[in-house]
Amino acid sequence: MSLFIPFEYEFFRNGFIAAVLVGALCGFIGVYVVLRRMSYIGHGLSHAIFGGAVLSYVMNINFFLGAGAWALLAGLLIHRISRRRWVGADAAIGVVTTSSFALGVAIVSTYRSFTRNIEAALFGNILGITTRDLWIILAISLLVVCALFVMRRQLLFTTFDPEVASAYGVSTDTIDRLFVVLLAVTVLASTQILGVTLVAAAMVTPPVIARYLTHKFHTLLIVSPVLGAFCGAAGMFLSYYLDISSAATIVLTAAALFIVVELIIITRGQLTAVQR
Amino acid sequence: MNPHDHRPGDPQSLHPPGVEERVAPSSSTVPLIELINVSSAYGSTTALENVSVKIWPGQFMAIVGPNGGGKTTLLRTILRVLPVTAGKVLSRGRELKRSALQRIGYVPQLETIDWNFPITVEEVISMGFFNRQRWFGGTGENEKRKLRDIMERLNLTALGRRHIRELSGGQQQAVFIGRALLGDPELILLDEPVSGLDMRSRDDVIHFLHEINHQGVAIAITAHDLNWVAAHLPWVVCLNRRLIAEGQPQKIFNPSVLTETYSGEMVVFNHDGMVMIGERPHAPHT
Repeated sequence: MSLFIPFEYEFFRNGFIAAVLVGALCGFIGVYVVLRRMSYIGHGLSHAIFGGAVLSYVMNINFFLGAGAWALLAGLLIHRISRRRWVGADAAIGVVTTSSFALGVAIVSTYRSFTRNIEAALFGNILGITTRDLWIILAISLLVVCALFVMRRQLLFTTFDPEVASAYGVSTDTIDRLFVVLLAVTVLASTQILGVTLVAAAMVTPPVIARYLTHKFHTLLIVSPVLGAFCGAAGMFLSYYLDISSAATIVLTAAALFIVVELIIITRGQLTAVQR
Repeated sequence: MNPHDHRPGDPQSLHPPGVEERVAPSSSTVPLIELINVSSAYGSTTALENVSVKIWPGQFMAIVGPNGGGKTTLLRTILRVLPVTAGKVLSRGRELKRSALQRIGYVPQLETIDWNFPITVEEVISMGFFNRQRWFGGTGENEKRKLRDIMERLNLTALGRRHIRELSGGQQQAVFIGRALLGDPELILLDEPVSGLDMRSRDDVIHFLHEINHQGVAIAITAHDLNWVAAHLPWVVCLNRRLIAEGQPQKIFNPSVLTETYSGEMVVFNHDGMVMIGERPHAPHT
Protein backbone atom coordinates (compact mmCIF):
# COMPACT_ATOMS: atom_id res chain seq x y z
CA MET A 1 0.00 0.00 0.00
CA SER A 2 1.62 3.22 -1.12
CA LEU A 3 1.25 6.31 1.03
CA PHE A 4 0.85 8.40 -2.10
CA ILE A 5 -2.21 6.62 -3.56
CA PRO A 6 -4.70 9.20 -2.19
CA PHE A 7 -2.77 11.99 -3.94
CA GLU A 8 -4.04 10.60 -7.26
CA TYR A 9 -7.38 12.21 -6.43
CA GLU A 10 -7.72 15.96 -6.84
CA PHE A 11 -10.19 16.26 -3.94
CA PHE A 12 -7.59 14.70 -1.62
CA ARG A 13 -4.73 16.85 -2.93
CA ASN A 14 -6.75 20.03 -2.40
CA GLY A 15 -8.01 18.87 0.97
CA PHE A 16 -4.51 17.86 2.09
CA ILE A 17 -2.96 21.22 1.16
CA ALA A 18 -5.86 23.08 2.78
CA ALA A 19 -5.58 21.00 5.99
CA VAL A 20 -1.83 21.61 6.24
CA LEU A 21 -2.23 25.35 5.58
CA VAL A 22 -5.09 25.83 8.00
CA GLY A 23 -3.40 23.60 10.60
CA ALA A 24 -0.24 25.71 10.47
CA LEU A 25 -2.20 28.98 10.46
CA CYS A 26 -4.38 27.99 13.42
CA GLY A 27 -1.29 26.70 15.25
CA PHE A 28 0.47 30.03 14.69
CA ILE A 29 -2.28 32.43 15.71
CA GLY A 30 -3.35 29.95 18.38
CA VAL A 31 -0.16 30.73 20.36
CA TYR A 32 -1.44 34.25 20.98
CA VAL A 33 -5.01 33.02 21.49
CA VAL A 34 -3.91 30.64 24.26
CA LEU A 35 -1.48 33.07 25.91
CA ARG A 36 -4.08 35.84 25.87
CA ARG A 37 -6.53 33.39 27.47
CA MET A 38 -8.89 33.88 24.53
CA SER A 39 -9.49 30.21 23.70
CA TYR A 40 -13.21 30.70 23.97
CA ILE A 41 -13.16 33.48 21.36
CA GLY A 42 -12.07 31.06 18.58
CA HIS A 43 -14.99 28.84 19.49
CA GLY A 44 -17.32 31.80 19.69
CA LEU A 45 -16.24 33.44 16.44
CA SER A 46 -16.68 30.22 14.49
CA HIS A 47 -20.25 30.00 15.82
CA ALA A 48 -20.82 33.64 14.94
CA ILE A 49 -19.65 32.91 11.40
CA PHE A 50 -22.41 30.31 11.09
CA GLY A 51 -24.99 33.12 11.15
CA GLY A 52 -23.02 34.99 8.48
CA ALA A 53 -22.60 31.86 6.35
CA VAL A 54 -26.33 31.13 6.38
CA LEU A 55 -27.18 34.75 5.57
CA SER A 56 -24.67 34.74 2.69
CA TYR A 57 -26.28 31.59 1.33
CA VAL A 58 -29.79 33.00 1.54
CA MET A 59 -28.76 36.34 0.01
CA ASN A 60 -26.63 34.60 -2.62
CA ILE A 61 -23.43 36.39 -1.57
CA ASN A 62 -19.96 34.80 -1.79
CA PHE A 63 -19.26 32.82 1.43
CA PHE A 64 -15.89 34.48 2.11
CA LEU A 65 -17.31 37.98 1.62
CA GLY A 66 -20.56 37.53 3.54
CA ALA A 67 -19.32 35.37 6.39
CA GLY A 68 -16.07 37.38 6.52
CA ALA A 69 -17.87 40.69 7.00
CA TRP A 70 -20.09 39.04 9.61
CA ALA A 71 -17.06 37.62 11.48
CA LEU A 72 -15.30 40.99 11.51
CA LEU A 73 -18.41 42.65 12.86
CA ALA A 74 -18.82 39.99 15.55
CA GLY A 75 -15.12 40.17 16.51
CA LEU A 76 -15.10 43.95 16.87
CA LEU A 77 -18.38 43.86 18.78
CA ILE A 78 -16.92 41.31 21.21
CA HIS A 79 -13.83 43.49 21.62
CA ARG A 80 -15.96 46.56 22.31
CA ILE A 81 -18.23 44.88 24.83
CA SER A 82 -15.38 43.10 26.63
CA ARG A 83 -13.62 46.45 27.23
CA ARG A 84 -16.35 47.23 29.73
CA ARG A 85 -14.76 45.90 32.87
CA TRP A 86 -18.00 44.86 34.48
CA VAL A 87 -18.90 42.59 31.57
CA GLY A 88 -15.75 40.59 30.75
CA ALA A 89 -14.63 38.92 27.52
CA ASP A 90 -16.26 35.54 28.19
CA ALA A 91 -19.69 37.07 28.71
CA ALA A 92 -19.26 39.34 25.65
CA ILE A 93 -18.37 36.31 23.49
CA GLY A 94 -21.37 34.42 24.87
CA VAL A 95 -23.81 37.21 24.04
CA VAL A 96 -22.56 38.05 20.53
CA THR A 97 -21.78 34.61 19.19
CA THR A 98 -24.77 32.67 20.46
CA SER A 99 -27.05 35.39 19.11
CA SER A 100 -25.39 35.10 15.71
CA PHE A 101 -25.56 31.29 15.82
CA ALA A 102 -29.23 31.48 16.80
CA LEU A 103 -29.89 33.77 13.83
CA GLY A 104 -28.33 31.13 11.56
CA VAL A 105 -30.45 28.37 13.10
CA ALA A 106 -33.59 30.51 12.73
CA ILE A 107 -32.93 31.11 9.02
CA VAL A 108 -32.16 27.41 8.47
CA SER A 109 -35.46 26.44 10.09
CA THR A 110 -37.26 28.84 7.72
CA TYR A 111 -35.47 27.72 4.55
CA ARG A 112 -35.33 23.96 4.95
CA SER A 113 -33.90 23.43 1.48
CA PHE A 114 -30.16 23.65 2.22
CA THR A 115 -29.60 21.13 5.00
CA ARG A 116 -26.60 19.63 3.21
CA ASN A 117 -24.73 22.96 3.01
CA ILE A 118 -25.47 23.68 6.63
CA GLU A 119 -23.98 20.33 7.61
CA ALA A 120 -20.86 21.33 5.70
CA ALA A 121 -20.69 24.62 7.61
CA LEU A 122 -21.18 22.87 10.95
CA PHE A 123 -18.81 19.94 10.48
CA GLY A 124 -16.56 21.05 7.60
CA ASN A 125 -16.31 19.91 4.02
CA ILE A 126 -12.63 19.46 3.41
CA LEU A 127 -13.11 17.14 0.48
CA GLY A 128 -15.22 19.75 -1.28
CA ILE A 129 -12.38 22.29 -1.38
CA THR A 130 -11.89 23.61 -4.90
CA THR A 131 -8.69 25.04 -6.37
CA ARG A 132 -10.23 28.51 -6.07
CA ASP A 133 -10.93 27.93 -2.36
CA LEU A 134 -7.35 26.81 -1.98
CA TRP A 135 -6.01 30.05 -3.43
CA ILE A 136 -8.25 32.06 -1.12
CA ILE A 137 -7.07 30.06 1.90
CA LEU A 138 -3.45 30.53 0.82
CA ALA A 139 -3.95 34.30 0.41
CA ILE A 140 -5.62 34.56 3.82
CA SER A 141 -2.83 32.51 5.43
CA LEU A 142 -0.13 34.73 3.92
CA LEU A 143 -1.99 37.88 4.94
CA VAL A 144 -2.42 36.75 8.55
CA VAL A 145 1.17 35.49 8.90
CA CYS A 146 2.61 38.71 7.41
CA ALA A 147 0.42 40.88 9.66
CA LEU A 148 1.37 38.86 12.74
CA PHE A 149 5.05 39.13 11.77
CA VAL A 150 4.84 42.93 11.49
CA MET A 151 2.92 43.15 14.77
CA ARG A 152 5.05 40.55 16.56
CA ARG A 153 6.80 42.85 19.04
CA GLN A 154 3.73 44.85 19.97
CA LEU A 155 1.67 41.68 20.20
CA LEU A 156 4.17 40.01 22.49
CA PHE A 157 4.41 43.08 24.72
CA THR A 158 0.63 43.57 24.97
CA THR A 159 0.12 39.86 25.57
CA PHE A 160 2.76 39.58 28.29
CA ASP A 161 2.50 42.94 30.04
CA PRO A 162 -0.34 45.13 28.69
CA GLU A 163 -0.02 47.92 31.24
CA VAL A 164 3.70 48.45 30.73
CA ALA A 165 3.23 48.13 26.95
CA SER A 166 0.72 50.96 27.14
CA ALA A 167 3.11 53.03 29.28
CA TYR A 168 5.84 52.42 26.67
CA GLY A 169 3.67 53.95 23.96
CA VAL A 170 2.30 50.75 22.40
CA SER A 171 -1.29 51.36 21.34
CA THR A 172 -2.70 48.30 23.06
CA ASP A 173 -6.25 49.00 21.94
CA THR A 174 -5.24 49.14 18.26
CA ILE A 175 -3.21 45.95 18.65
CA ASP A 176 -6.13 44.16 20.36
CA ARG A 177 -8.52 45.27 17.63
CA LEU A 178 -6.17 44.22 14.81
CA PHE A 179 -5.67 40.87 16.50
CA VAL A 180 -9.42 40.25 16.67
CA VAL A 181 -9.69 41.07 12.95
CA LEU A 182 -6.89 38.61 12.10
CA LEU A 183 -8.53 36.01 14.30
CA ALA A 184 -11.86 36.49 12.55
CA VAL A 185 -10.16 36.08 9.16
CA THR A 186 -8.39 32.90 10.33
CA VAL A 187 -11.61 31.41 11.66
CA LEU A 188 -13.26 32.25 8.35
CA ALA A 189 -10.57 30.40 6.35
CA SER A 190 -10.73 27.42 8.70
CA THR A 191 -14.49 27.04 8.97
CA GLN A 192 -14.91 25.54 5.48
CA ILE A 193 -12.37 22.87 6.34
CA LEU A 194 -13.00 22.07 9.97
CA GLY A 195 -16.54 23.31 10.45
CA VAL A 196 -17.69 25.78 13.09
CA THR A 197 -17.77 23.13 15.80
CA LEU A 198 -14.12 22.08 15.49
CA VAL A 199 -12.16 25.24 14.59
CA ALA A 200 -11.39 26.11 18.21
CA ALA A 201 -9.68 22.75 18.79
CA ALA A 202 -7.27 23.37 15.89
CA MET A 203 -6.47 26.76 17.38
CA VAL A 204 -5.93 25.63 20.94
CA THR A 205 -4.53 22.08 20.96
CA PRO A 206 -1.25 22.60 18.98
CA PRO A 207 -0.09 25.60 21.10
CA VAL A 208 -0.97 23.73 24.29
CA ILE A 209 1.13 20.73 23.17
CA ALA A 210 3.93 23.08 22.08
CA ARG A 211 3.81 24.79 25.49
CA TYR A 212 4.59 21.40 27.06
CA LEU A 213 7.69 21.17 24.88
CA THR A 214 9.23 24.64 25.25
CA HIS A 215 9.28 27.63 27.58
CA LYS A 216 10.62 29.99 24.90
CA PHE A 217 8.10 32.23 23.21
CA HIS A 218 9.87 32.33 19.83
CA THR A 219 10.30 28.54 19.77
CA LEU A 220 6.60 28.22 20.55
CA LEU A 221 5.84 30.25 17.43
CA ILE A 222 7.69 27.64 15.35
CA VAL A 223 6.69 24.41 17.13
CA SER A 224 2.97 25.16 17.33
CA PRO A 225 2.34 25.73 13.58
CA VAL A 226 4.54 22.72 12.74
CA LEU A 227 2.38 20.59 15.05
CA GLY A 228 -0.77 22.09 13.53
CA ALA A 229 0.42 21.29 10.00
CA PHE A 230 1.45 17.77 11.08
CA CYS A 231 -1.99 17.12 12.61
CA GLY A 232 -3.63 18.40 9.41
CA ALA A 233 -1.52 16.08 7.22
CA ALA A 234 -1.72 13.03 9.49
CA GLY A 235 -5.44 13.59 10.03
CA MET A 236 -6.07 13.62 6.27
CA PHE A 237 -4.24 10.32 5.74
CA LEU A 238 -5.96 8.64 8.68
CA SER A 239 -9.30 9.95 7.49
CA TYR A 240 -8.70 8.47 4.03
CA TYR A 241 -7.62 5.04 5.24
CA LEU A 242 -10.06 4.76 8.16
CA ASP A 243 -12.93 6.36 6.24
CA ILE A 244 -13.81 8.81 9.01
CA SER A 245 -14.77 12.50 8.76
CA SER A 246 -11.59 14.47 7.90
CA ALA A 247 -12.22 17.43 10.24
CA ALA A 248 -12.91 15.12 13.18
CA THR A 249 -9.82 13.02 12.40
CA ILE A 250 -7.57 16.12 12.30
CA VAL A 251 -8.84 17.25 15.70
CA LEU A 252 -8.61 13.72 17.12
CA THR A 253 -5.02 13.40 15.85
CA ALA A 254 -4.13 16.58 17.76
CA ALA A 255 -5.94 15.24 20.83
CA ALA A 256 -4.04 11.93 20.59
CA LEU A 257 -0.75 13.83 20.32
CA PHE A 258 -1.70 15.82 23.40
CA ILE A 259 -2.41 12.61 25.34
CA VAL A 260 0.94 11.11 24.27
CA VAL A 261 2.87 14.22 25.39
CA GLU A 262 0.92 14.35 28.65
CA LEU A 263 1.67 10.66 29.32
CA ILE A 264 5.38 11.18 28.59
CA ILE A 265 5.47 14.07 31.03
CA ILE A 266 3.61 12.13 33.73
CA THR A 267 5.95 9.13 33.25
CA ARG A 268 9.02 11.37 33.35
CA GLY A 269 7.75 13.04 36.51
CA GLN A 270 7.25 9.66 38.16
CA LEU A 271 10.70 8.48 37.03
CA THR A 272 12.29 11.62 38.47
CA ALA A 273 10.41 11.10 41.72
CA VAL A 274 11.59 7.45 41.88
CA GLN A 275 15.18 8.50 41.12
CA ARG A 276 15.05 10.98 43.98
CA MET B 1 26.96 67.36 42.44
CA ASN B 2 26.40 63.90 43.83
CA PRO B 3 22.80 62.85 43.27
CA HIS B 4 22.42 62.06 46.96
CA ASP B 5 23.66 65.40 48.27
CA HIS B 6 21.22 68.00 49.47
CA ARG B 7 22.20 71.55 50.29
CA PRO B 8 21.74 72.28 53.98
CA GLY B 9 19.93 75.32 55.31
CA ASP B 10 17.42 75.73 52.52
CA PRO B 11 14.44 77.97 53.17
CA GLN B 12 11.20 76.23 54.04
CA SER B 13 8.85 79.16 53.93
CA LEU B 14 7.50 78.52 50.44
CA HIS B 15 6.34 75.01 51.24
CA PRO B 16 3.30 73.67 53.02
CA PRO B 17 3.78 72.30 56.52
CA GLY B 18 5.59 68.96 56.44
CA VAL B 19 7.03 69.55 53.00
CA GLU B 20 10.72 70.11 53.27
CA GLU B 21 12.44 72.37 50.76
CA ARG B 22 14.08 70.15 48.25
CA VAL B 23 17.01 71.17 46.19
CA ALA B 24 17.72 69.80 42.77
CA PRO B 25 20.16 66.95 43.40
CA SER B 26 21.90 67.71 40.13
CA SER B 27 23.01 70.95 38.54
CA SER B 28 19.77 71.06 36.51
CA THR B 29 17.28 73.73 37.47
CA VAL B 30 14.38 72.12 35.61
CA PRO B 31 12.74 69.06 37.09
CA LEU B 32 12.48 65.95 34.93
CA ILE B 33 8.87 65.53 36.01
CA GLU B 34 6.72 68.02 37.84
CA LEU B 35 3.21 67.35 39.06
CA ILE B 36 1.35 70.57 39.78
CA ASN B 37 -1.81 70.21 41.87
CA VAL B 38 -2.57 66.92 40.16
CA SER B 39 -5.73 64.94 40.88
CA SER B 40 -6.44 61.56 39.38
CA ALA B 41 -9.28 59.07 39.69
CA TYR B 42 -10.43 55.56 38.89
CA GLY B 43 -13.90 56.26 37.54
CA SER B 44 -15.66 58.23 40.23
CA THR B 45 -13.18 57.28 42.98
CA THR B 46 -10.51 59.90 43.61
CA ALA B 47 -7.08 58.33 44.04
CA LEU B 48 -4.88 61.45 44.10
CA GLU B 49 -5.91 64.87 45.25
CA ASN B 50 -4.08 68.09 44.54
CA VAL B 51 -0.60 66.53 44.62
CA SER B 52 2.48 68.58 43.71
CA VAL B 53 5.74 66.67 43.44
CA LYS B 54 8.96 67.21 41.49
CA ILE B 55 11.41 64.59 40.33
CA TRP B 56 14.84 66.01 39.54
CA PRO B 57 17.50 64.60 37.22
CA GLY B 58 19.62 62.06 39.09
CA GLN B 59 17.32 61.98 42.10
CA PHE B 60 16.63 58.80 44.09
CA MET B 61 13.32 58.93 45.91
CA ALA B 62 10.80 56.70 47.58
CA ILE B 63 7.06 57.19 47.66
CA VAL B 64 5.49 55.73 50.78
CA GLY B 65 1.96 55.55 52.09
CA PRO B 66 -0.79 53.13 53.03
CA ASN B 67 -2.45 50.66 50.66
CA GLY B 68 -4.80 52.66 48.45
CA GLY B 69 -2.88 55.83 49.33
CA GLY B 70 -2.10 56.63 45.69
CA LYS B 71 1.51 55.43 45.34
CA THR B 72 0.95 53.30 42.24
CA THR B 73 -1.58 55.83 40.97
CA LEU B 74 1.11 58.51 41.09
CA LEU B 75 3.37 56.37 38.88
CA ARG B 76 0.51 55.53 36.51
CA THR B 77 -0.40 59.20 36.26
CA ILE B 78 3.16 60.11 35.30
CA LEU B 79 3.08 57.33 32.70
CA ARG B 80 -0.24 58.65 31.33
CA VAL B 81 -1.88 55.29 31.90
CA LEU B 82 -4.39 57.14 34.09
CA PRO B 83 -5.88 60.47 33.04
CA VAL B 84 -5.25 63.61 35.06
CA THR B 85 -8.59 64.99 36.28
CA ALA B 86 -7.12 68.27 37.54
CA GLY B 87 -3.73 69.99 37.52
CA LYS B 88 -0.93 69.23 35.10
CA VAL B 89 2.12 67.06 34.63
CA LEU B 90 5.21 68.67 33.12
CA SER B 91 8.33 67.09 31.72
CA ARG B 92 11.35 69.41 31.78
CA GLY B 93 9.01 72.37 32.13
CA ARG B 94 6.73 71.42 29.23
CA GLU B 95 3.51 69.51 29.14
CA LEU B 96 4.24 65.78 29.32
CA LYS B 97 3.74 64.25 25.88
CA ARG B 98 3.93 60.65 24.67
CA SER B 99 7.37 61.28 23.18
CA ALA B 100 8.73 62.21 26.63
CA LEU B 101 7.61 58.83 27.96
CA GLN B 102 10.28 57.23 25.80
CA ARG B 103 12.81 58.46 28.36
CA ILE B 104 10.96 56.93 31.30
CA GLY B 105 11.43 53.28 32.23
CA TYR B 106 8.81 51.45 34.25
CA VAL B 107 9.17 48.36 36.40
CA PRO B 108 5.78 46.98 37.50
CA GLN B 109 5.09 45.01 40.67
CA LEU B 110 6.37 41.46 40.24
CA GLU B 111 3.00 40.24 41.49
CA THR B 112 1.39 41.45 38.28
CA ILE B 113 3.63 39.26 36.10
CA ASP B 114 2.32 35.98 34.68
CA TRP B 115 5.18 33.69 35.71
CA ASN B 116 3.83 30.83 33.58
CA PHE B 117 4.13 32.86 30.40
CA PRO B 118 6.59 31.06 28.08
CA ILE B 119 9.32 33.66 27.95
CA THR B 120 13.03 33.75 28.66
CA VAL B 121 15.11 36.36 30.44
CA GLU B 122 16.54 37.65 27.16
CA GLU B 123 13.09 37.88 25.55
CA VAL B 124 11.75 39.99 28.44
CA ILE B 125 14.70 42.39 28.47
CA SER B 126 14.48 42.80 24.67
CA MET B 127 11.01 44.29 25.11
CA GLY B 128 12.80 47.43 26.32
CA PHE B 129 13.59 48.19 22.67
CA PHE B 130 9.91 48.87 22.07
CA ASN B 131 10.46 52.23 23.69
CA ARG B 132 12.32 53.27 20.56
CA GLN B 133 11.39 50.87 17.79
CA ARG B 134 7.94 50.90 16.29
CA TRP B 135 6.36 48.62 13.71
CA PHE B 136 9.33 47.92 11.52
CA GLY B 137 13.05 47.41 11.93
CA GLY B 138 14.90 44.44 13.30
CA THR B 139 17.33 44.06 16.13
CA GLY B 140 20.63 45.34 14.75
CA GLU B 141 24.18 44.73 15.96
CA ASN B 142 24.10 47.86 18.15
CA GLU B 143 20.94 46.70 19.89
CA LYS B 144 22.36 43.22 20.42
CA ARG B 145 25.53 44.70 21.91
CA LYS B 146 23.48 46.93 24.19
CA LEU B 147 21.40 43.97 25.30
CA ARG B 148 24.57 42.02 26.12
CA ASP B 149 26.01 44.99 28.05
CA ILE B 150 22.92 45.42 30.18
CA MET B 151 22.69 41.71 30.91
CA GLU B 152 26.34 41.76 31.97
CA ARG B 153 25.82 44.78 34.22
CA LEU B 154 22.95 43.03 35.96
CA ASN B 155 24.78 39.66 36.17
CA LEU B 156 22.22 38.02 33.92
CA THR B 157 24.49 36.93 31.05
CA ALA B 158 24.49 33.26 32.00
CA LEU B 159 20.73 33.27 32.58
CA GLY B 160 19.61 34.70 29.23
CA ARG B 161 17.98 31.51 27.98
CA ARG B 162 16.38 30.57 31.28
CA HIS B 163 12.65 30.88 31.89
CA ILE B 164 11.89 33.89 34.11
CA ARG B 165 10.33 31.67 36.79
CA GLU B 166 13.62 29.82 37.28
CA LEU B 167 15.35 32.88 38.78
CA SER B 168 15.63 34.14 42.35
CA GLY B 169 13.49 37.10 43.41
CA GLY B 170 16.41 39.54 43.07
CA GLN B 171 17.29 38.21 39.62
CA GLN B 172 13.67 38.46 38.51
CA GLN B 173 13.59 42.09 39.58
CA ALA B 174 16.91 42.65 37.76
CA VAL B 175 15.34 41.33 34.54
CA PHE B 176 12.59 43.95 34.65
CA ILE B 177 15.07 46.67 35.64
CA GLY B 178 17.13 45.57 32.62
CA ARG B 179 14.09 45.94 30.37
CA ALA B 180 13.57 49.48 31.70
CA LEU B 181 17.26 50.33 31.19
CA LEU B 182 17.28 49.24 27.56
CA GLY B 183 15.35 52.37 26.53
CA ASP B 184 18.14 54.64 27.90
CA PRO B 185 15.83 56.23 30.45
CA GLU B 186 16.46 59.45 32.36
CA LEU B 187 14.02 58.24 34.98
CA ILE B 188 12.96 54.79 36.13
CA LEU B 189 9.74 54.30 38.07
CA LEU B 190 9.57 51.10 40.11
CA ASP B 191 6.42 49.85 41.77
CA GLU B 192 7.28 48.09 45.03
CA PRO B 193 10.54 46.58 43.78
CA VAL B 194 11.40 44.84 47.06
CA SER B 195 7.94 43.73 48.09
CA GLY B 196 7.93 40.01 48.88
CA LEU B 197 11.69 39.61 48.48
CA ASP B 198 14.00 38.07 51.07
CA MET B 199 16.83 40.14 52.62
CA ARG B 200 19.47 38.92 50.19
CA SER B 201 17.32 39.76 47.16
CA ARG B 202 16.43 43.16 48.62
CA ASP B 203 20.12 43.83 49.03
CA ASP B 204 20.76 42.84 45.41
CA VAL B 205 17.99 45.12 44.18
CA ILE B 206 19.14 48.18 46.12
CA HIS B 207 22.68 47.52 44.91
CA PHE B 208 21.48 47.55 41.25
CA LEU B 209 19.44 50.66 41.84
CA HIS B 210 22.26 52.60 43.52
CA GLU B 211 24.60 51.65 40.69
CA ILE B 212 22.10 52.86 38.08
CA ASN B 213 21.43 56.05 40.04
CA HIS B 214 25.16 56.79 40.31
CA GLN B 215 25.24 56.73 36.51
CA GLY B 216 22.81 59.68 36.53
CA VAL B 217 19.45 57.95 36.12
CA ALA B 218 16.73 59.35 38.39
CA ILE B 219 14.80 56.69 40.28
CA ALA B 220 11.41 56.86 41.99
CA ILE B 221 10.13 53.79 43.78
CA THR B 222 7.07 52.99 45.81
CA ALA B 223 7.74 51.05 49.00
CA HIS B 224 6.05 49.75 52.12
CA ASP B 225 9.04 49.05 54.33
CA LEU B 226 9.83 52.36 56.00
CA ASN B 227 12.96 51.06 57.73
CA TRP B 228 14.35 49.92 54.39
CA VAL B 229 13.53 53.31 52.88
CA ALA B 230 15.17 55.14 55.80
CA ALA B 231 18.30 53.01 55.51
CA HIS B 232 18.80 53.26 51.76
CA LEU B 233 17.07 56.23 50.20
CA PRO B 234 17.95 59.93 50.47
CA TRP B 235 14.50 61.40 49.76
CA VAL B 236 10.99 60.32 50.58
CA VAL B 237 7.49 61.44 49.64
CA CYS B 238 4.68 60.55 52.06
CA LEU B 239 1.36 60.17 50.32
CA ASN B 240 -2.14 59.40 51.47
CA ARG B 241 -4.19 60.48 48.46
CA ARG B 242 -2.71 63.93 49.06
CA LEU B 243 0.86 64.91 49.75
CA ILE B 244 1.51 64.68 53.49
CA ALA B 245 5.22 65.49 53.52
CA GLU B 246 8.46 65.12 51.63
CA GLY B 247 12.09 65.39 52.55
CA GLN B 248 15.02 63.41 53.88
CA PRO B 249 13.81 60.37 55.82
CA GLN B 250 15.77 61.38 58.92
CA LYS B 251 13.81 64.63 59.01
CA ILE B 252 10.33 63.69 57.95
CA PHE B 253 10.00 60.21 59.45
CA ASN B 254 8.58 61.51 62.70
CA PRO B 255 5.50 60.39 64.65
CA SER B 256 3.31 63.26 63.50
CA VAL B 257 3.98 62.81 59.74
CA LEU B 258 3.73 59.02 59.94
CA THR B 259 0.54 59.12 61.96
CA GLU B 260 -1.02 61.44 59.42
CA THR B 261 0.21 59.30 56.52
CA TYR B 262 -0.90 55.95 57.89
CA SER B 263 -3.77 57.06 60.12
CA GLY B 264 -2.24 55.00 62.91
CA GLU B 265 0.14 55.63 65.75
CA MET B 266 3.81 54.90 65.05
CA VAL B 267 6.99 55.21 67.05
CA VAL B 268 10.30 56.44 65.70
CA PHE B 269 13.71 55.66 67.19
CA ASN B 270 16.89 57.47 66.35
CA HIS B 271 20.03 55.48 67.00
CA ASP B 272 23.50 56.51 65.78
CA GLY B 273 21.97 58.57 62.98
CA MET B 274 19.76 55.64 61.95
CA VAL B 275 16.00 56.01 61.92
CA MET B 276 13.89 53.03 62.93
CA ILE B 277 10.14 52.96 62.74
CA GLY B 278 7.80 50.64 64.56
CA GLU B 279 4.12 50.32 65.24
CA ARG B 280 2.92 51.19 68.70
CA PRO B 281 1.57 47.96 70.14
CA HIS B 282 -2.09 48.02 71.16
CA ALA B 283 -2.79 47.40 74.82
CA PRO B 284 -4.13 43.86 75.25
CA HIS B 285 -7.78 43.58 76.24
CA THR B 286 -8.23 42.68 79.86
